[in-house]
Amino acid sequence: MTIGLAHYLTVAACLFTLGILGIFLNRKNVIVILMSVELMLLAVNVNLVAFSAYLGDITGQIFALFILTVAAAEAAIGLAIIVVYYRNRGSIAVEDINMMKG
Amino acid sequence: METLASYSPALPEIALAIGAMALLMLGVFREDTARNGVSVGWLSVVLMAVVALLVGWGGAERVELFDGAYVSDAFSRFAKILILAAAAASLILGFGYFERAKIMKFEIPVVVLLSTIGMFMMVSANDLISLYLGLELMSLALYVLAAVRRDSLRSSESGLKYFVLGALSSGMLLYGASLIYGFTGTTSFTALAEALKDGSGAQNVGLVVGLVFLLVGLAFKISAVPFHMWTPDVYEGAPTPVTAFFAGAPKVAAVALLLRVLHDAFPGMLFQWQQIIVFLSVASMLLGSFAAIGQTSIKRLLAFSSIANVGFILIGLAAGTEYGVSSVLIYLAIYVVMTLGSFAVVLAMRRKDEMDETIQSLAGLSQTNLPMAVAFAALLFSMAGIPPLAGFFAKFYVFDAAIKAGLTPLVIVGALASVVGAFYYLRVVKIMFFDEPADKFSPAEPGVRWVMGLSAALVIFYVVYPLPLLDAANAAARALVP
Repeated sequence: MTIGLAHYLTVAACLFTLGILGIFLNRKNVIVILMSVELMLLAVNVNLVAFSAYLGDITGQIFALFILTVAAAEAAIGLAIIVVYYRNRGSIAVEDINMMKG
Repeated sequence: METLASYSPALPEIALAIGAMALLMLGVFREDTARNGVSVGWLSVVLMAVVALLVGWGGAERVELFDGAYVSDAFSRFAKILILAAAAASLILGFGYFERAKIMKFEIPVVVLLSTIGMFMMVSANDLISLYLGLELMSLALYVLAAVRRDSLRSSESGLKYFVLGALSSGMLLYGASLIYGFTGTTSFTALAEALKDGSGAQNVGLVVGLVFLLVGLAFKISAVPFHMWTPDVYEGAPTPVTAFFAGAPKVAAVALLLRVLHDAFPGMLFQWQQIIVFLSVASMLLGSFAAIGQTSIKRLLAFSSIANVGFILIGLAAGTEYGVSSVLIYLAIYVVMTLGSFAVVLAMRRKDEMDETIQSLAGLSQTNLPMAVAFAALLFSMAGIPPLAGFFAKFYVFDAAIKAGLTPLVIVGALASVVGAFYYLRVVKIMFFDEPADKFSPAEPGVRWVMGLSAALVIFYVVYPLPLLDAANAAARALVP
């Protein structure tokens, strides 16, 4: 069996769904949410690179490189906000984020 | 031939980027005091004024740059002027607040400038990659701004919530972008429109799924229902001037981006995206209107009001015509004025150094501070859509555009929702004019008074001379819908 585009897309779709579920079903820790976000972005990268190879077009790989860069910046800002929050609240458990309803 | 001069249409962005970095350096190398923060803030306002001149001077013809990733036309010009006005006004609103809270750091205006660059890139994006980069530059700066009061639990919690949901929405948007790229082989809006001209997009399931994901990501950014859950919490928790900024400039940029994507890249799939926009619009109008009724905090009330306003804006977008686009732009301009005026009022609700953000603290305002009560009443009447104030015309144009496009049921829902909306706006007016007076507010600082007075004057006197706005919006719409 050769591994074709459909296999890559399926893997990416699974990873992406896992990422979304990780954000919504996770009741423990905000760091896990940060990891889930990374998982989603990496699923997108798998998608883009698979399409890029399939189409023989370089744009998708350029896009993936940009996403990697932005994801690094995003993680840095996310961790900074988590540190600020921890100093005020003394906890980063998801169920403790409840000062405001919603 | 690419010469340096051929990049001149991108001069506003270049000037903003260099200016922001220069101001950052200036702030770093001077002594760290509140005065330093305020002077960097005023310099940022001056920089924005200069950039507004550059945008106005830049010409209205369509120019594509950077291999078609960036486009400058009458539409982007209109949106950029609006973004600059909203950003500068919310900076001016913030000086007094941040000084009293002892957090007037020079970084705040610099971060506002950086997110403004992101918004500029969004409205000028002509490619999925530049769309994503602009959106992230804006969002990353906004996450920081929401959590800028780092000693306050509410502010940091709102920053955290905004970050998590914003990151989720970027992920959705990207997944959609990757599918669109995969099923069409291009990321350029121009090439997408060319490929989908024959209506082949509807049979392409992968492409439709990608478009849906892209729209979900953008719906998060404009806080359309059912992707609005972050809005009330973030608006309530973030420092009030930051909330004023969130409600103004980023909304303009995200709606403009939505217009650009749907009309420039997917005109051939009108039937597909129209259904989604109609659903988002109905849900936002109804939820925004009904959920606002029970609120006691004026900031949460304004959050739900902005959700309802997004619903009305989407009515014009759902029309899918040139008239629809121009009605959306007119609505955006009037919405920005009304929102900034209302937040100026919220910033003036202060006794000594305590901010009081409950609606009840406005009781009997007409007896303690008549000018402020009259200004706020004008803004609320305008938001309720009562003629001859500006808000009435905003709603009138979007409704008219939708009826001309055959979306009468949507307009009926919109009219009903605005009746419900009128109830809670008028309740605030009643509290201000007929209830027993509460304690007097401390005098507001000049910046807040100016923004409040100017926006009230604009909504009252718009009816006298509406032509400049109409002409500009029509020219911008013509540039987008050929």
